[in-house]
This record gives sequence, structure tokens and C-alpha cells, in this order.
Amino acid sequence: MSVIPYLLTCLALAVFIVSVAARIKRYLNKPLHVRWELYPVAHDAERASYGGSYLEDVDWWKKPRKKSMMGELSFMVPEILLLRGVWENNRSLWYRSYPFHLGLYLTAAFMGLVFLGGVLELFGFNLGSGSVIGSIIIALTNVIGPAGFLLAICGAVALFHRRISDSSLREYSSFGHFFSLALFIVVMATAIATWLFADPGFAMARSFAAGLVGMKWSPIPSHLFTAQIVLGAILLAYIPITHMSHFFMKYFLWHDIRWGDEPNIDKPATDRKIGEVLNYPVTWSAPHIAISGKKTWAEIATHNPMAETENTKE
Amino acid sequence: MANSPIHFKDFGKDTIQFRHISPDDLSPLPGDFENKPWTPLSEEVKEKYAAILDDTCILPIPMPKTKEEEEELVNKFISGMRKLFQRENNWTFLAMLETTMEHCAKCQTCSESCHLYEATGGDEMYRPNFRTEIFRRIYQKYVKKDPLARWRHGDIDLNWRTVARLGELAYRCNICRRCAQACPIGVDNALVAREIRKIFSQEMGIACPELHEKGSMLQLKTGSSTQMTGMVVKDNMDFIDEDFSEETGFSFKTPWDVEGADILLIHNAGEIMAWPENIAAFHIIFEAAGLSWTLSSELAGYDSINYGVFYDDVQFARTAILQAQAAKKLGVKKIVIAECGHAHKALTVIADRVLPEPLKVPRESYLPLLRDIVLSGKIEFDPSRNDFPVTLHDPCNMTRLMGIIRPQREIVKALCPQFREMTPHGAFNYCCGGGSGYAIMHRNNIEEWRMKVAGRKKLSQILGAFSDCRGPEAKKYVAAPCSNCKGQIRDMIKNYGLMENETLAYGGIVELVVNAMKAVNPGFIKWEEYG
Repeated sequence: MSVIPYLLTCLALAVFIVSVAARIKRYLNKPLHVRWELYPVAHDAERASYGGSYLEDVDWWKKPRKKSMMGELSFMVPEILLLRGVWENNRSLWYRSYPFHLGLYLTAAFMGLVFLGGVLELFGFNLGSGSVIGSIIIALTNVIGPAGFLLAICGAVALFHRRISDSSLREYSSFGHFFSLALFIVVMATAIATWLFADPGFAMARSFAAGLVGMKWSPIPSHLFTAQIVLGAILLAYIPITHMSHFFMKYFLWHDIRWGDEPNIDKPATDRKIGEVLNYPVTWSAPHIAISGKKTWAEIATHNPMAETENTKE
Repeated sequence: MANSPIHFKDFGKDTIQFRHISPDDLSPLPGDFENKPWTPLSEEVKEKYAAILDDTCILPIPMPKTKEEEEELVNKFISGMRKLFQRENNWTFLAMLETTMEHCAKCQTCSESCHLYEATGGDEMYRPNFRTEIFRRIYQKYVKKDPLARWRHGDIDLNWRTVARLGELAYRCNICRRCAQACPIGVDNALVAREIRKIFSQEMGIACPELHEKGSMLQLKTGSSTQMTGMVVKDNMDFIDEDFSEETGFSFKTPWDVEGADILLIHNAGEIMAWPENIAAFHIIFEAAGLSWTLSSELAGYDSINYGVFYDDVQFARTAILQAQAAKKLGVKKIVIAECGHAHKALTVIADRVLPEPLKVPRESYLPLLRDIVLSGKIEFDPSRNDFPVTLHDPCNMTRLMGIIRPQREIVKALCPQFREMTPHGAFNYCCGGGSGYAIMHRNNIEEWRMKVAGRKKLSQILGAFSDCRGPEAKKYVAAPCSNCKGQIRDMIKNYGLMENETLAYGGIVELVVNAMKAVNPGFIKWEEYG
């Protein structure tokens, strides 16, 4: 029985990684799509500040394009870390959503610190020996962990309440939404209880992390901690199979679609992809598309049904 | 009934009309304007079409008469929806559509950005996510067939009324994508409206006649949705050359089919009929600047419109290909698109990944070129001729969707001493209310809807820009460099009596440029003609 939390954690990690990879792979395997960008495009070095683009130049295709990674970062960092879009467009929700997201960021950082500490201990480094590194890791873990749990649970409770009390959200919320938030609340409540009553210095957590990494799956001395591990594992596996996968898919929605302003100039690879998609078969049924003998996009798009009508008339 | 709660389970209910927006609930306008009640839809329309959404009927869905026809409507819709999620049938937008289906947090952050939602006093039906949520629930349950769809995503009752209302609801959006701009995740609710339109057009053969039969199909047949053939358009252009040469004192002759010219200029051919002064202004400027340019009389080569952008990918591709072929035939160095917003986006941006290598021709907006001409000193200007309050409308397709923001401002700032911005503007502008093809529609209360709801925010913005000079004494001008936007603004000026009460004229940017040209007789812009 003692191995179950370890096995579950491994399984959850595997589900998480496979789910994330599968979603990314699925997106990357999509066919070429048309350009559908929205301005401002943050990587336009000179024009992003006012929403401009390279299309503001005469003969733009002859001019070098100045793309700025800093431009993207200066937009994305506050967007991700501060939820700038929600702050600007939905302030009342931000007061609920931001603590929740910040709590999750801190919880993720906490887990990283726990694993770092556990691995160091696995390799014989005694965190409690008074070394600077050990002291920093312990101090950060002790601050960031509880702060993350508290913020996340407060945010999740506030979001749950908002979804119930605000008719504009309630009608759109399914059982899944409430289940997700409830799961966060339960997981964070368990984490807080574990911190308060079973593992105040997170030594047990580090020991579990070290055991997990070092494959020394010794029994866990606390039922509360065991419950926390099991629930945390369920949450970890659950997140990427829901709409919450937006936390990594957002990269593609922004970079590939919203900021996808790359023109098809001297791009043999794009031309090749265009050739590929134009040869896809089309099965739309409307009379102006379903034309006998015309099967591919290329055949259908280069066929003028009205010209044929005219010819028939003649 | 307006602003009363809406439940998704009611969307497919057997009621005569799903929603009624009370004129009293519409957002206030800056001025004393009467909110007239809706004109009832005629019995003939209600009998013939499934006009069961609200007080307007845009998409003419034939009213099913039998159980079999009802079932057919649903089955065809689901069949089309399945195709939307197939790479072969919808490679164009699959990536955007699927991510929008999967990743929305339903946080409603997009709501306040929508001018329609604001105009209706926050009516639930106009929330950008409302339509998407219905579509998403159908997708999860009937297309993706998620066994837990009801619990994970919410339930929906699918019947012919759901389908008919959703089709009509796809035409309660201007597809300006302001909501997408506000989404922190990158979800695009406006795209969903367009994708639903595609199901109806591409699978069910149902589309707005103005966009399809009288739009893209007519363009494929005659070369232009105006029905003008190449020969007719040349004749009309001769009249424009003659009339405006005489009127302006600037003699010019439009060049046709000049092989090897630097520029193929493509107008929205509707301008030739509705606003010939816009055509003349372009040609006067191009001639005065000494450009090497031409028009084409090839099929679709003289009409930049591409209504496929609004409802049908196949029609889009066909039109873009014809336009590119016209340019290739002449061997021009580039295509320059005149004052038409959707044509800008269609041919410059979307067609970029549709045109195969042999049809690639450089394509650009006229705005940077015009800016360079105005600022180059090649033409002498007298800005005092434009010394009246001017504001600038930003067509969504040029600004939010293409990032062309500064050239038009540099032009009007150089030539219009009393230029003032609307708030907000540029990439964060509001749609005129005629976007996605409505400006050319007048039947079944569509114009009433454009005036009451869709154009409300823009009207408010325009009047706000002129808040320091309201009243009939001061002549004012709204520059709207897009044919569709001009049509909408024209109708709003007429509907709200803004010529009589505000002496408000509208037009493009090129008219302002020619109005300030020293080589042209004064008074190119004529307020009396906009009354």
C-alpha cells in the first residue's frame, strides 16, 4: 500500500506529460491555416506600441522586417504573471482570478523547491546544516508554499462563488467548471491542513520527493500527507485534459494565430504547404461547391461555376 | 422581455421569437434621438423564412414545412459542422476553430469589448460568447461525441429551431474581432460566427443573397457584384473621367489594361456607382503624382470586393484567384487596393496562404502610397481648403486586422487643420456597424437593426468627436476609407438627420486629399450632395 502514492504520482506525471505533449502535437499536426492575425502584434519592433505593422510601408515585401523578442516578452510577461488582459477588460474578475493564478504559480514554484531540496538531500546535501543554499531553499519553501496554497484556495473559492452568484457566468458554467474549482479547493485545503498539522517545515514533502526520484518508496508516516499526494496527483493529471490546458496552449493561440503575421515571401516551405492543402479533397455539399469532376480545393477554387452557366446558355 | 435572463435550454424552444430588444433598453446616444419601435416583420417573411430569432431576418433560411424538412435542416447542419472540424474540408481555419472550442474559460472578459453588447444595454444574446457557447455544446455533444459532454461542457437541445436560430445569430456579429482582441487566452468568438455562416453556405447552400447570388456569384459571372462587365465599367469610367476633368479643372484619363504598369489599382466597383468622386479622386492623385498605373478590365480585376471573406472559403478563394490572375496577365509589379476594408484584408492577408506560387503578386494598401505622395511634395496642397472639423473612422479590416494605423493619420494631419480622433481609435477602434457585409443589406429590418444596434456605438463616437462643434452651423466631415463603412455612415447620417442637424458629411480620404490640391478647382467636397 505504501507505494500507491508514489505510483500515483508517477502515473499523474506521465498523464500530465503525455496529455501536454499530445495537445501540442495535435496542434502542430494541423494543416497550414490562413493568416488571421490581430493587432497589436507584439514582436513588431517599431510599431507594436500603437498597433501598427509592416503593411504600413510602400513595397513592404522589399524591406527587412524588424522582429523583437523583447517586444513579445514585454507583453507576455505581464500578461502571464499579472493577467494584464483580465485586469484591463474584466477588473472585477481579476480580483478573484489573479489570487488563484498567482497561488498556482507559487504552488508550482513550491513544488520545484521541494523537488530541488529533495534531490539535494538525495545526494547527501543536508539542507538543515546552516548552509546558505540550504537556508534559502528552506526559507523560500516555507514562505512560497503556504502563500501559494492560501492564495489559490481564496481565489478558487471566490471564483466558485462568482460562478454561482453571477448569472452571466452561471448559465455558461457546466458541472465540469464547478468540479474543477472544487477540486482545487479540496487539494489546496488538504495542502494547508498538511502544512499545519503534519508537515510544517515540508521535510516530509522533500523526503517524498527524494524517495520518488531515488526510487526509495518508503512508507509515508502521515495519512494527511498521503491524502495530499493522492489529490495532488489527480489534479496534476486532470488539468491538461480540460480547458485549463490554455496555460500552455496559449503560446500557440498567440504566437501562431494572433501574432502570426509572417508573409509568404521567399518561403518555399509555405509554398509547399499551400500546394499540399490545395490538393486536399473537398466534400462540402452546397451546389456551388459540389461540382461533378471537381474534387480538390485547387480544382474547385479555379473553377468558375458562373462562367460555366454562361457557356451553357450560349 | 429585453435584458431578461436567457437560458440555453430555451434556445430550441417552440416559441415564435426567441428575443426582442426593446428600444428603451438601447444605450443612450449623445443627443436627442428618438428610439422608434421595431417595424414588425411581414407575415410573408415569417411564413417563408425561419425568422424566429428576433425582430430581424438576415439569413433567409427556408421555413421547414414538414417533419422531414425539419430533420433535414438539423442533419445537414451537423454534417456541415463535422466538416468544419476536418483538416481536408477546413484547413483554412481548423487550428483557430478547434482551439477556440477547447480553451475558452467562459470568463466573459470579451463581453464589454463588443459594440453590439454595449448598444443593447448588455443583452445576453449579444454577449460574444453566447453564440459560441451554443455552437460549442453542439460540437462537444454531437460532433466530438464526448460521452461526458453534458457534464463537462453543458447541455443543449438540438432541433431545427436551434439550428435556424444559430444560423441567424451568426449574422448578429460584425466579425470585427474586438472580442478576440480582449481575450486573454486567444479565443476568437467572431470567428465562430463566420464558421457557422460557412456551414450554411458551404454545406446547406443557404447564404445572404447580397453576399452570394448578388455578391460573389455575380462577381464570378460578370466580374463585379455591381453587375458591371468590363465593357460597362469602362464606359462608366469614361463618364467619370469626363465629368470630373471638367468639374475639377484637372484633366485626366483613366488607363486601362496597361501591360507592364507598375501598379494595378483595384477599386471596390460599388464606388463607381455610389461614390464616383472617390474614383475620380484616386485617378487625379495618381496622375498628378506621375505614377505608372492601370486598371484591369479582366473578370473581377476591376472589383476588389471579395464577399467570401464574410461567409464562404471557396468563394473567397475563387475571387482572390481571379484578381491575382488579372494582375499576372498584365504583368504589373504590384496590386494596390483602393478604399475597401475587407478587400484589403482578403487579398493582402488571407490570400497570402491561398495563392499558389504561380499566382503570387505583391499586394499592398493604397494608404502607405498615398501617404508618401502627400508628404513627398510632388503635389502642392492648400490645407486651408480642408479647414473644417474632420474625424477619421478606422475600418476594422485595415487597422485591427492589418495594423495600418499611421499612414492615414499622417495624411489627414498634414491636410486637415481641424482633425480630431475618435475615442478609442486605431487598432482598438469600433466597427461602423456595417461590417461583414450588412451595409449593403436593406431588407427585413436589417437596415433598422444597423441603425438601432450595430451602428449605435460608431454614431456615438462620431458625435463625440465633434462635441465641440455640434449643431448645423459647423460643417463636419467623417473620413471613412472603406466602401462598406461609408455605406453604413451614409445610412446613419440619413436615418438620424445628421446632415440637417449637424451638417455632417462623409467620404473617403482621397476626397480630402483632392479637396486640398491646388491644381484642382476648390470645392471638391460638396456638402449639399450628402443631404
